[in-house]
Amino acid sequence: MTFGEIGVSIALVALAALSLLIAAKAYTPEYAFHAYLFAAASVGGIYAIVSRYMGGRPVAAQEIDGKPNYNMGPVKFAALISMFWGIAGFLVGVIIALQLAYPVMNLDLQWIQFGRLRPLHTSAVIFAFGGNVLLATSFYVVQRTSHARLAGDLAPWFVILGYNFFILIAGTGYLLGISQSKEYAEPEWYSDLFLTVVWVAYLLVFLATLWKRKEPHIYVANWFYLAFIVTIAVLHLGNNATIPVSIFSAKSYIVWAGVQDAMFQWWYGHNAVGFFLTAGFLAIMYYFVPKRANRPVYSYRLSIVHFWALIFLYIWAGPHHLHYTALPDWAQTLGMTFSIMLWMPSWGGMINGLMTLSGAWDKLRTDPVLRMMVVSVAFYGMSTFEGPLMSIKVVNSLSHYTDWTVGHVHSGALGWVGFVSFGALYCLVPWLYNRPGLYSLKLVNWHFWIATLGIVLYISSMWVAGIMQGLMWRAYTSLGFLEYSFIETVEAMHYFYVIRALGGALFLVGALIMAWNLYKTITSPSVEAVPAGRSQLAPAE
Amino acid sequence: MAAHDTSFWSKHQILEKNSIILVIGILLMISVGGIVEIAPLFYLKSTIEKVGGVRPYTPLELAGRDIYVREGCYTCHSQMIRALKDEVERYGHYSLAAESMYDHPFQWGSKRNGPDLARVGGKYSDDWQRAHLAAPRSVVPGSIMPNYAFLFDRELRLEHLGEHMTIQSIEGVPYTQEQIANAAVDAAAQLNPDDKNASAFAKRWPTAVVRTVAKPGKITEADAVVAYLQMLGTLVDFKIYDEKANLR
Amino acid sequence: MSSHNDHAAPVDPVTGMATTGHSWDGISELNTPLPKWWLWIFYATIVWALGYFVVYPSWPLAQGYMPGIWNWSSRAAVSADVAELQKMRSADNAKLAAMPLADVAKDPKMLAFAQAQGKAAFGDNCAPCHGAGGGGAKGYPNLNDDDWLWGGKIDQILETIAVGIRSTHAQTRAGAMTAFGAAPSPILNKDQIGQVADYVLSLSGKADPKADVKAGQQIFAENCAVCHGDNAKGNQDLGAPNLTDAIWLYGADKATIVEAVTNGRGGVMPTWSGRLDDTTIKSLAVYVHTLGGGVK
Repeated sequence: MTFGEIGVSIALVALAALSLLIAAKAYTPEYAFHAYLFAAASVGGIYAIVSRYMGGRPVAAQEIDGKPNYNMGPVKFAALISMFWGIAGFLVGVIIALQLAYPVMNLDLQWIQFGRLRPLHTSAVIFAFGGNVLLATSFYVVQRTSHARLAGDLAPWFVILGYNFFILIAGTGYLLGISQSKEYAEPEWYSDLFLTVVWVAYLLVFLATLWKRKEPHIYVANWFYLAFIVTIAVLHLGNNATIPVSIFSAKSYIVWAGVQDAMFQWWYGHNAVGFFLTAGFLAIMYYFVPKRANRPVYSYRLSIVHFWALIFLYIWAGPHHLHYTALPDWAQTLGMTFSIMLWMPSWGGMINGLMTLSGAWDKLRTDPVLRMMVVSVAFYGMSTFEGPLMSIKVVNSLSHYTDWTVGHVHSGALGWVGFVSFGALYCLVPWLYNRPGLYSLKLVNWHFWIATLGIVLYISSMWVAGIMQGLMWRAYTSLGFLEYSFIETVEAMHYFYVIRALGGALFLVGALIMAWNLYKTITSPSVEAVPAGRSQLAPAE
Repeated sequence: MAAHDTSFWSKHQILEKNSIILVIGILLMISVGGIVEIAPLFYLKSTIEKVGGVRPYTPLELAGRDIYVREGCYTCHSQMIRALKDEVERYGHYSLAAESMYDHPFQWGSKRNGPDLARVGGKYSDDWQRAHLAAPRSVVPGSIMPNYAFLFDRELRLEHLGEHMTIQSIEGVPYTQEQIANAAVDAAAQLNPDDKNASAFAKRWPTAVVRTVAKPGKITEADAVVAYLQMLGTLVDFKIYDEKANLR
Repeated sequence: MSSHNDHAAPVDPVTGMATTGHSWDGISELNTPLPKWWLWIFYATIVWALGYFVVYPSWPLAQGYMPGIWNWSSRAAVSADVAELQKMRSADNAKLAAMPLADVAKDPKMLAFAQAQGKAAFGDNCAPCHGAGGGGAKGYPNLNDDDWLWGGKIDQILETIAVGIRSTHAQTRAGAMTAFGAAPSPILNKDQIGQVADYVLSLSGKADPKADVKAGQQIFAENCAVCHGDNAKGNQDLGAPNLTDAIWLYGADKATIVEAVTNGRGGVMPTWSGRLDDTTIKSLAVYVHTLGGGVK
């Protein structure tokens, strides 16, 4: 056995033993259940390592015939499971949208009430779907652009499987009522601790692969991936600084309180958007758009300026989530002004994405995958304009607490993150499985139009609902009294909630079409079986 | 082209060619904003207002808050009245930082599918809170809140409340040793005006309100949630609050 | 463009722009200069931010923060906004405050003003219990009918709103239905409670024909009449409901009445003085009084 195999095995044995101890003495059955899951996963890991060793599989070569022996197993796993989590996350989104329109949909079951499902939805789409897309693409891109095999033997698998185990723990935890109710950071202390270990391994695998690169310069996509990985680690630690009640209790209390905790939360929360959903997915854009369009990146200089400006300025924007609150005015000012200054650095990514197509615009007619990615960049541009707009205090006084925010988030999440992820997966799956191309470009077209219609319904209904709600809250009669009671504003939302649910359902239908298309792609004949010359948009070697 | 500025752009090579320097550069860039915005909140005295009345949660209220946190109530309810005239007129005095100074975690929220709860304490009767919690549409027909009837079936667990308070006291919540030692006793006493520990409870928690249980002979999670909701925003007496001294 | 490349970097034939000379997995980069419009808007946002820093509270310092030359504060601003609203309403509010309650209805303009103010306060504060139109719910009285627990005259309504019922207010309306059947020493046994419930039902013509109303009447006279009156028409000083009018707060069936007699009742209405100002409470009284059930 290698040093790594022995070390990991010992660690897993220790984790299994600790988990069983915790399971035996856990304060709540829900926590015991999680401890058993940890024990089972550890045993599974040990079994996998031992059986691999017994099977006598040789250590994978770094190169075969002078070409890098890319390690695509973990990439395939993450790519496929991202599709699964995506559909699950969209489905939960449709359910909670319906719950707001029809509260009977809560079914009086504590496990699926809105308060528990909403974090499940956000975590499933951001961290499970988005996170796996980021893992898959980052491991793919760093290998291809470094022209080297992924570093580590067990480590890449530990990262992928460990991350998905974290998702499992987090998701089942929400359903069972384990939540610290910190928005987008709901998992409790033990999930956070485990994720920290996984994340450090992720950073090391990524860096160690970069160290093997053949091209002396690091490609711009990898700057963005690095910024995403490093910053998410910092944010995660800062916003999850909790002390558990006991090692036998799932419950913990964060060390920050009140106004400081609020600032930590939105420093984290806004930069989960900034570094997970923006920097990470810009990295995807920087590889897959030029690759698919077969064009050089528009401007290296713009890459440099917008990269550094983006990561420097983004961090400051958090307080715009706390306008007019008990956060001191000076901090609100910084949050707002830096959000405005962030506008152009954000758009730098859009310009580089769109202008990379100069000379290849005609491909948008024939390649729906490229069209999807280009539209995603357009949505990125739109929501990074809307964001600074909503950070302006007078606008925020209207939009905050309303569905306008939800609409804004989804124009970014469905339009930008969703579409660029779909585009990347449509590229990636045929490449990974050595297929001549996708099973059906026609189905990609259907996916594109159905999902686009869904997004339009979603965001327009939320704009109208949110702005209407904000205006109703502040409406005064001619005599100077509040015109509407709160419940009247709730009742006024109903039809918009129905339209929103319909929009979400269409987006889900699109994703199902995609899953079918990818499934058929993988099960169709491989590239070897296809006559030469029919290979479509295969990656250059 | 642009050969004249080659030297300027080529400086970036240092970062592009060395991943560790690149990582350090990233870390430096992302540190500034966080430090400048967060650190002063800990040392500037103006951050938390000088105001009387704020006290830590009683064991029962804390248990209720834990359930509020567990159920994700923040996904629909804010606890932060903004300094805007319509909010002040609808919900009451804008929220102070001092009012959530013992909140681990804060629950200001970000979305109002339901109304703000920062000053809901005492606004409606306990009976109403219970009826509404169990079946919101039985009292507010247009409500879209889920039914929380199951909270009335789940017995409140008191045995670990002291540990919860111990952790909070490590984090700076001024619980006394006596309050921690009597956590379970006090939780029960706050739900029974005739409890044998009533006077000891009143001494340990002079400003806490004693209530009754929803179901005789049994302390349920609903009782804790109601106790928590009914104290929200009730601690500060705004008649004696000096507004001018706390502008910031 | 990297200086280490001695040879000229390849030029992209489509745009005519030089590349940086590097290639990653077939991807190269153009060395396009920064778009001018982009750069100028970026500069403009920075200049705007600098101006904002000067004017508004901004940078934190070792002690305190830069307050900005306008000395603006969101808290001062909202106080000013509310003061402006109050000023706009002040003439009418002052008039309302000075006016005897009974006279408000005689002044159409003041009546409209008070109703508007009352309606605004009612929606968020009262409607959750009493319903959006004041129609009430189980345990929460209908405010549209002429059946009143603590009196339907306008000054009685005002008093109820201000001090609440069994509330935390020092002068709260108090008095509760006794729990006649509560352990450990019940005043009435189960049979007696059943009998008195039958009697009470008979008062509004809903008695079970088989019931022994006479026995219940006797029990009523000895235990209940002291609050509800000999004729069971209730007593608004004590909040004791009229039992003869077929209007029921908790329900019209025997089980509900047995429950009330056994365990008592003590519905709570919070005090609103303190949470709402005096003229708002006065306006609420006018609004509720004119909902339809107000007593002259």
